[in-house]
Amino acid sequence: MLLGVLALQGDSREHIHLLETLDVAAVAVRDAADLSAIDGLVIPGGESTTISKLLEIFDLLDPIRSFAKTRPVLGTCAGLILLSDEVEGLLQGQQLIGGLPIISSRNAYGGQLNSFEATVTFSSGEEENVAFIRAPKILDSDSTEVIARLGDEAVAVRSNNLFGASFHPELTGGTHLHKLFIEFVKETKS
Amino acid sequence: MSKNSESTPLIKSGLAEMLKGGVIMDVVNAEQAIIAEQAGAVAVMALERVPADIRAQGGVARMSDPDLIDDIIASVSIPVMAKARIGHFVEAQILQSLKVDYIDESEVLSPADYVNHIDKWGFEIPFVCGATNLGEALRRITEGASMIRSKGEAGTGDVSEATKHIRTILGEIRALAAKSDDELYVAAKELQAPYALVKKVATDGKLPVVLFVAGGVATPADAAMMMQLGADGVFVGSGIFKSGNPAARAAAIVKATTKYSDADVVAAASRGLGEAMVGINVSDLPAPHKLSERGW
Repeated sequence: MLLGVLALQGDSREHIHLLETLDVAAVAVRDAADLSAIDGLVIPGGESTTISKLLEIFDLLDPIRSFAKTRPVLGTCAGLILLSDEVEGLLQGQQLIGGLPIISSRNAYGGQLNSFEATVTFSSGEEENVAFIRAPKILDSDSTEVIARLGDEAVAVRSNNLFGASFHPELTGGTHLHKLFIEFVKETKS
Repeated sequence: MSKNSESTPLIKSGLAEMLKGGVIMDVVNAEQAIIAEQAGAVAVMALERVPADIRAQGGVARMSDPDLIDDIIASVSIPVMAKARIGHFVEAQILQSLKVDYIDESEVLSPADYVNHIDKWGFEIPFVCGATNLGEALRRITEGASMIRSKGEAGTGDVSEATKHIRTILGEIRALAAKSDDELYVAAKELQAPYALVKKVATDGKLPVVLFVAGGVATPADAAMMMQLGADGVFVGSGIFKSGNPAARAAAIVKATTKYSDADVVAAASRGLGEAMVGINVSDLPAPHKLSERGW
């Protein structure tokens, strides 16, 4: 199994490192050609407006959209925004990958001053400390399976082959989300 | 909802991690901030005058008017940084009350304290600080900086000092990583930095925070060179809005920063940008006008 991490801008290195600690080979994805070799894609945190721009400039938007139609994709923070079908606070002209039937809201947990670490609860009951940095909120998760909550709020969701989370597990060394994603990639391969 | 804690060191350095591979642009008004955001900037630095103008106009350079910073915060959705004078902890308190996303304790402004830098641990907003060498970077991190930028020579459009500083910092890290444990005590003394931090850098082979480059980057090629030298990202100050076509140049620098090792991309990004900022050769600057010598 080989996973790819979109490495245009943001914390791709931390995701690659986390996957490697889970004994999964991971490569940086910078071109459409890189998609053909991978079994699943992680879209990391970063600035969603910048990443969106770069996806357009480097002709990755349509290739990733078609990858995301059938293949496993996990988006965290900026990645969640890019995977959302609808986004509040979208920059004018900002393109999305889409596919995840949620409405997300950019920076809805507040700016840097309101960023925080918190314990989220996965649907398995397991808890984990993760980081929310200028994080997006998932406003409507009704059409998805909620895989983690912060209090009552959905903060990680899944719909078919697409996984998305408001938070950064890769900064605190949280492994639950990536493990769920890896399990799913394994299932699709077998 | 159970927040464990806000403004932990991880949350502060975490935002800088998200800026990696990106370009942070100096802007003096909302209109420029919007151009920067549209061009793909990962953040903007709000200030009253770009360094080239501070240099040309002289006088004491201070924190920007809060109205200007508010305007810029209201106009964009990307992080907004703002500068406080070295040692001016009240300017930093004001910037925190304005809820900027990052404070730059910057040598581009006139220092307010020639002995002490700001005690950055006391703030909830993270700080980025300049450094010309590893010792300076480690002293800033000891004071609580969550991000380091090499200083270069702001407002010149001459990239040579930026090159010198990033090469110095990364070269010193490599030298440190090659030292035996018993040599690190003296290394800490020579770097004038705490032993534990020196030991960590030697073990990890990198700073514990993100390292950007600043000061003199004016072209896509400059930005790509800084990335190839090992920077995590670049600050562009006067280089964009002092050039002939800011929107095109901003977008081109973003492009070159992303695919910095692809010469075809950098070549394409370098075409048709109009005039670059005029610039001043650093070697022509009389010593008292070198901003990078502010801070210690």
